[in-house]
Amino acid sequence: MAGTALRRRLTWQVAKVSAVTAETASVRTITLDVPDWPGHQAGQHLDIRLTDEDGYVAERSYSIASAPGELVAITVERLDDGEVSPYLTDELRAGDDLELRGPIGGYFIWEPEDGGPLLLLAGGSGVVPLRSIVRHRERSGSTVPVRLLYSSRTLDDVIYRAELDQPARGVEVIHALTRHQPPGWTGYARRVDAALLAEVAWPAAEMPVAYVCGPTSFVETVSQALVQSGYPPQRVKTERFGATGGT
Amino acid sequence: MEAVDGNAIGGLMHEVFGTEMTATASVCGNCGDARPVAELMVYLQAPGTVVRCRTCDSMLMVFVTIHDRTCVDLHGLAVLG
Repeated sequence: MAGTALRRRLTWQVAKVSAVTAETASVRTITLDVPDWPGHQAGQHLDIRLTDEDGYVAERSYSIASAPGELVAITVERLDDGEVSPYLTDELRAGDDLELRGPIGGYFIWEPEDGGPLLLLAGGSGVVPLRSIVRHRERSGSTVPVRLLYSSRTLDDVIYRAELDQPARGVEVIHALTRHQPPGWTGYARRVDAALLAEVAWPAAEMPVAYVCGPTSFVETVSQALVQSGYPPQRVKTERFGATGGT
Repeated sequence: MEAVDGNAIGGLMHEVFGTEMTATASVCGNCGDARPVAELMVYLQAPGTVVRCRTCDSMLMVFVTIHDRTCVDLHGLAVLG
């Protein structure tokens, strides 16, 4: 499948919004009915294009939140000064049309044969493609052990909270809340850094594969710390989305 | 302005080259640094899209799109593919 997908022309098409689900106060999951969808891999993304009455076009790239074989879904965080995300989170309704192209990407992807153990490191909405990987692992019957370390500002900012509270067998979810913690919080209450990774990350000798996604500064800190701790650089996959989200 | 990375231009590069490019190898023409396109530094808000070397900061690629036509400058790359 991958071979044919690689040579496929990437064309814009109109999808229909089938559902909009609130994840947090500022984050929505948008489920899409895409008529001509060739299937995607865990970790891929798609491009959204909005065109206004004057013909002004704005394009943004969003990670796919769903596993291969599930309905296509993206999870979007509202950026107050954004051109695209406020429309997607505040205005878009089930039944609306949305122009997109995808799936896109061949680097930040995981298939069961890529092995593990898997170390998934998320800053803010960087958790979105990692959720696709976790769901793909479960649906494909993989038993690769997974640790997901997820940094958020507060508990209310945690995306997919209910789902992550009930992880599949073999999946450990570890939270770090950087700004505010609820009373009785037993998870981490600080930023992810080399010292925290030394406690959480699989030892390099176990030949783990790491996927790091989040704001650029988060990804730089985490990926450099992993390489310094002995992870081969080619086993640390990175995806940076700028200074937008909060961790 | 903060850089994102080559994952963000997967759609643009697929459009230009007709195939998935983010996992493709690149070599910087200045310092020889080799890494997948996905790991390069990308500035989306410049006039056009500017791609720079993660090691020496040299400009590797520039994409400028006007009215559905994309001009591509790859002069900073020694190897792509």
